Amino acid sequence: MKVSLFITCLSDAIYPRVGQAMARLLHHYGIELHFPEVQTCCGQPAFNSGYWDTARESARTIIDAFEDSDFVIAPSGSCVSMIHHHYETLFVDEPIYLKKAKDLIAKSYEFTQFLVKVLGITDLGAHFPHKVTYHPSCHGTRLLGVKDEPYQLLEKVEGLEFVPLPYAEDCCGFGGTFAVKLSDISGAMVTEKAEHVLETQAEVLVGLDMGCLMNIGGRLQHAGKPIRVMHLAELLYEGVSKQS
Amino acid sequence: MSGFNPTSTLEERARVALNDEFLRNAVKYTTEKLRTNKKSATDELGNWEDWRDRGRMIRLHTIAHLDYYLSLFVENVRKAGGYVHFAKDTKEAVDITMKIMEAKKAKSVVKSKSMVSEEVHINHALEENDIEVVETDLGEYIIQLAGETPSHIIIPAIHKNKQQVADLFSAEAGETLPPVTKTLAGFARSKLREKFLEADIGMTGCNFAIAESGSMVLFSNEGNARMVSTVPKTQITFMGMERIIPSFEDLEVMASLLPRAATGQKLTVYMSAINGPKRSEDSDGPEEMHIIILDNGRSQQLGDPEFQEVLNCIRCGACLNACPVYRHVGGHTYGWVYSGPIGAVLTPVLNLDNREQWGEVANASTLCGACHEACPVKIPLHDMLVYIRRRNVEEGIVKKAEQLGMKGFQIVASNHRLFRSVLRFGKVAQLPLVKNGMISSKLGPLKAWNSFRHAPALAPQSFRDSWSELDQELKQTKNELPADIKQRMEEIVAKRGKQR
Ligand code: SF4
Repeated sequence: MKVSLFITCLSDAIYPRVGQAMARLLHHYGIELHFPEVQTCCGQPAFNSGYWDTARESARTIIDAFEDSDFVIAPSGSCVSMIHHHYETLFVDEPIYLKKAKDLIAKSYEFTQFLVKVLGITDLGAHFPHKVTYHPSCHGTRLLGVKDEPYQLLEKVEGLEFVPLPYAEDCCGFGGTFAVKLSDISGAMVTEKAEHVLETQAEVLVGLDMGCLMNIGGRLQHAGKPIRVMHLAELLYEGVSKQS
Repeated sequence: MSGFNPTSTLEERARVALNDEFLRNAVKYTTEKLRTNKKSATDELGNWEDWRDRGRMIRLHTIAHLDYYLSLFVENVRKAGGYVHFAKDTKEAVDITMKIMEAKKAKSVVKSKSMVSEEVHINHALEENDIEVVETDLGEYIIQLAGETPSHIIIPAIHKNKQQVADLFSAEAGETLPPVTKTLAGFARSKLREKFLEADIGMTGCNFAIAESGSMVLFSNEGNARMVSTVPKTQITFMGMERIIPSFEDLEVMASLLPRAATGQKLTVYMSAINGPKRSEDSDGPEEMHIIILDNGRSQQLGDPEFQEVLNCIRCGACLNACPVYRHVGGHTYGWVYSGPIGAVLTPVLNLDNREQWGEVANASTLCGACHEACPVKIPLHDMLVYIRRRNVEEGIVKKAEQLGMKGFQIVASNHRLFRSVLRFGKVAQLPLVKNGMISSKLGPLKAWNSFRHAPALAPQSFRDSWSELDQELKQTKNELPADIKQRMEEIVAKRGKQR
């Protein structure tokens, strides 16, 4: 059984610890992750900005990378939903790649989806005695349908006090190039999101997408608020490793 | 005139809105209230998803056979004694209206809310011809006094607070009115009543046009639409050519969907179905009835697989209320008549001749998908926004810097070796800017991001550079994959094989 890691460009370049946490967590269950090096980026920044030719070349690296994998997992609902939602469109005129794209769609999962839906694991035996809130990222929840999985996982973490985030389902204002193109609107949105995070008085903000977390975390830092921002994989790994 | 300033850019308009605390608070307050109301109304109805599916099917079917249903509608209107006019664009719609005005020697018009008449800018045309025009719905009346355009599809004055309304009304009344809803509404009512009785022409929009009977259906909460369509001797209705539904049975579904999605009401307060002009046995109604059916770019969407569904819109405004961008900037930021996510699609799509100017409106979205989720007829607005952006790129109406950036991205992202080198180069090049693992400089392109946030630094070692070491380390210990998990995985893979 070949389970491969699609690291996503943000985690690769900025947050390698997220991929490391995933690999270590899965190793514990006897799953040895593969990391095909030919992967780059899912192509979403280009696709969403309208540069489909550019997106296609980037997407091709992802399709090639995972051709012989049985499962592909990524620490981002957004990048996986890019594959699920748009790869067929991108390769509609290329029968060979269209077929490969369909195969990839059938076997690619967001990380918590893989844990809960494929492996059937919700209790990793983690212990994390902190007050935690969770931001559900838009693409993961609305486009990919990852809704309950993170809650199921968080529920089983011992010692964790969960505080719901007000207006949780409202977008944080990242939107990829949107944050740069219409930076004032994006800034207003992330300011509001960060205020909601602060209202919860949580010590830790957790999520499933580093894009959104980079945005909200960057805002919290700018505002001088010492809230820890982490991917759920990191939280779970920390909760497991501190025990042993 | 605020709200319609075609020379400004999206970014400039957004900045104006973002600096207007009154606007932001008012819009936030009302959209939040509507969202909550919608949620309780749809929960109470139950099976909301099934209702949405039904609504979508009706709209898909109707638009797929629009030529048939539209001619059936027209035939039935004519049978009932009404006049039907087709306007290919806004200019034709104005010309037709003016001809009716001339024939009737009309001096005054009372209107009830109609987005299509806004699209045509009919008020402007009437005033230029010295015809008095008065909006009779409270919200429209407010923005008419303010000299603005609607900033929401169903709540045109959503951006105004009570005090601002009181100020506008006080100026009109010549005395100070308190910011109390009852007083303000009372003032408007008495003022408008006179106008109803004097008016030569009544003008309305149309929520749905029923093909099987030739009826126009109006939803309203104030009842003015009914007065406008019955008191004056001549009535003119504006409708977009896509406003059709086949039958009264379909209306039942729409009457469940629209008010719930729009305001969270179970039913609209007034629903009138108007069938032709007054007949001898009728107690009221206009003697003459005209329907102006506007195309204005709509028929160009028919047969376009990417955009035909935009014609399914029932103008409920739910996507505006759900949109996090709209909440912060209100409707005027979108620049044209329609705002929010549906406006961000309709504006570039209906202004095809003016794409240079309007194409950028499709950028006013993070593509979060809240609009699609809110839409009672499930229009994939978030996808359409990307299609428009792609067409912008194809037509070259994008910034040079963006084109260059994307070229660079393409070179790097299509080759993993280059990708790795760039990451390695970046982590060195960034060094002068990094402090405590963050970059807070606002130099050049960093300004957009760092005005509100700190940027993270690239990791000292990318994941790909750290992988072989981690992989080696993990390979030192071997854990057994539990049998039950292994079986689950094998079953999933096997099932996939069968589905292929
Ligand atoms: S697009 Fe959908 S939600 Fe938006 S106004 Fe139209 S029908 Fe309502």
